[in-house]
Amino acid sequence: MNPVEKPPDRAAVAAAGMPGRTPPAEPPRVSVDLASFSYSPDGGASLFTLEATTFDVRSRELLAILGRNGSGKSTLLRLLAGTLAPLSGRVKLEGLEVSRMDLRTRAQRIAMVQQETPLLFPVRVWTFVMQGRYPYSRGLRFETDDDAAVARQALFEAGADPLRGRWMHKLSGGEKQRVVLARALAQQPLLLLLDEPTLHLDIAAQVDLLRRLRRIASDRGYAVVVVTHELNLAAEFADRIVLLDRGKTLRVGKPAEVYQQALLQQVFGTLLSVEFNARGVPKVTFSGAETD
Amino acid sequence: MRPLTPRRLLLTCGLLAAVLLAVVFFSLKFGTWAISLHDLVVQLFRVTMGHNDQVTSDFRLIVLDIRWPRIVLAMIVGASLSVAGASFQALLRNPLADPYVLGVSSGAALGSILALIWAAQLPGATPFGAFIGAIAATAAVYFLGRRGGELDSYALLLGGIITASFLSALIMFLMTTISGRELRGMAFWLMGDLSTPSPVSAGWLFLVLVLGVGAIYTTAADLNLLLGGEQEAVHLGVDIVRVKLVVYLGASVLTGLAVSVSGAIGYVGLLVPHLIRLMFGSDYRLLIPATALGGAIAVVLADTLARTLVSPTQLPVGAMTAMVGAPVFIFLLRRNMA
Repeated sequence: MNPVEKPPDRAAVAAAGMPGRTPPAEPPRVSVDLASFSYSPDGGASLFTLEATTFDVRSRELLAILGRNGSGKSTLLRLLAGTLAPLSGRVKLEGLEVSRMDLRTRAQRIAMVQQETPLLFPVRVWTFVMQGRYPYSRGLRFETDDDAAVARQALFEAGADPLRGRWMHKLSGGEKQRVVLARALAQQPLLLLLDEPTLHLDIAAQVDLLRRLRRIASDRGYAVVVVTHELNLAAEFADRIVLLDRGKTLRVGKPAEVYQQALLQQVFGTLLSVEFNARGVPKVTFSGAETD
Repeated sequence: MRPLTPRRLLLTCGLLAAVLLAVVFFSLKFGTWAISLHDLVVQLFRVTMGHNDQVTSDFRLIVLDIRWPRIVLAMIVGASLSVAGASFQALLRNPLADPYVLGVSSGAALGSILALIWAAQLPGATPFGAFIGAIAATAAVYFLGRRGGELDSYALLLGGIITASFLSALIMFLMTTISGRELRGMAFWLMGDLSTPSPVSAGWLFLVLVLGVGAIYTTAADLNLLLGGEQEAVHLGVDIVRVKLVVYLGASVLTGLAVSVSGAIGYVGLLVPHLIRLMFGSDYRLLIPATALGGAIAVVLADTLARTLVSPTQLPVGAMTAMVGAPVFIFLLRRNMA
């Protein structure tokens, strides 16, 4: 098995160049079919319900999940990650139900970048990224030279190669985010999930990160799902948007279809205006005091 | 470029084993009864060659029958406590975790005293009692340390301190029911002491040590990921329920083993893993065997000091480790809070 991914297919790279374009026709990689979830502590009345939702994610596609705090974005992400099993319906990755996969298989196919990565003891960047190879090893899991090659490639793609010898706890927010992304890439997943990856990043680092994700999706053929609060970045870089409101999936579609002034105002509870630029990419601006 | 290779693992452990050998050699030499380096080497050579008839009776009595068994116990206890400490640190995600600080040692001590009172005639009763006590105390501390469904670093330490003081009170209560002559031995044992020979043979103790450390070692690669958070570990494919169960039982067995032999020797499980991390990094695949060897070195050294410092009187080894360990604990605590 070649540890380093094959060079990207040229047509796909060309097609992926511009944001906002139609993704190349691929069979759905992830299919979410009427999946729902409900948190009910101690079996009592449910505290939060994610109502049945249906959408799919294709290979090379970047999908953004938007919504207010508490709208169910993270719950949906955990359903996609398989760490939560849906109450009803199904979440499948290439035909297999994600919550029923064995842990190792799942970690070889789905990688997750979390908001916080707390570390108990100092670890170097290189060692941290090598952890992404864990699902592929056995026994004491001594990493092989092939693992090192994959990790090196992942560092390059995440733009974190110069950080290789640094300590994790001495990195800035943006640097750390790139290293965490590199570890996820070292898992060589089919599906890459990110929970608010732009949180705590300055605007340059946010744009850099989304541009990288866009490129990774195209080059590697990964399906990438990002939970974010950054409406304009999502409009610029995502192929499609899932808009959630209080556990309900209001709309799934291209940014231009989802970004409608009335809809966004209803979801975010504030006055917003939506304009479209020459490429047809919507741009959201805050336009006044809060609505009731 | 690989973080850890089998070669590096073997070299590091080989180096520590060599240091351990040297420490054992000097521990055999030093004590109230003096023996010259030359005599020690000659006599040891005779013993290893099987010429037991040429060994002097003084040497046989002092070095072979008193010092050597005590060193063996020190090595077993040191290795157990250190690996238990490193395991608790990963399991509870707390760099200050240690069987003594968490009150797990007190649980084991209470378990062993109860076993002594109720089932002294059964072989292996005290180590088994200590194991049960350690398991119960760990469970208690674990639940006291939870806040809002998550383990809280300081609630955990506080839970440990409270558990330890409560258990000590129970132990005091039980000790008042034990006759005066045994009391002094008990008090010494509680402070952590290696001068009383173990009721169980060293071979058995060693077997339990190997099984306990071996079980924990099978999870070494998983523990590395667990240090970065449970959710993260799950996403990387770690079966955290299995790992936590193995480490919890393994660390309780090791604590029970150490306490049933030597009472509550404090801070070894805290100091040794930290020192090993400073020297060789925090990869558990290396840390666990290195910590076992490092713990053996530390307790043999501490016990040699305890035997010789105010010779001919002997200090309990727990007093030695606490004198060094408590200030270092404060230092780590302050650094952790900063």
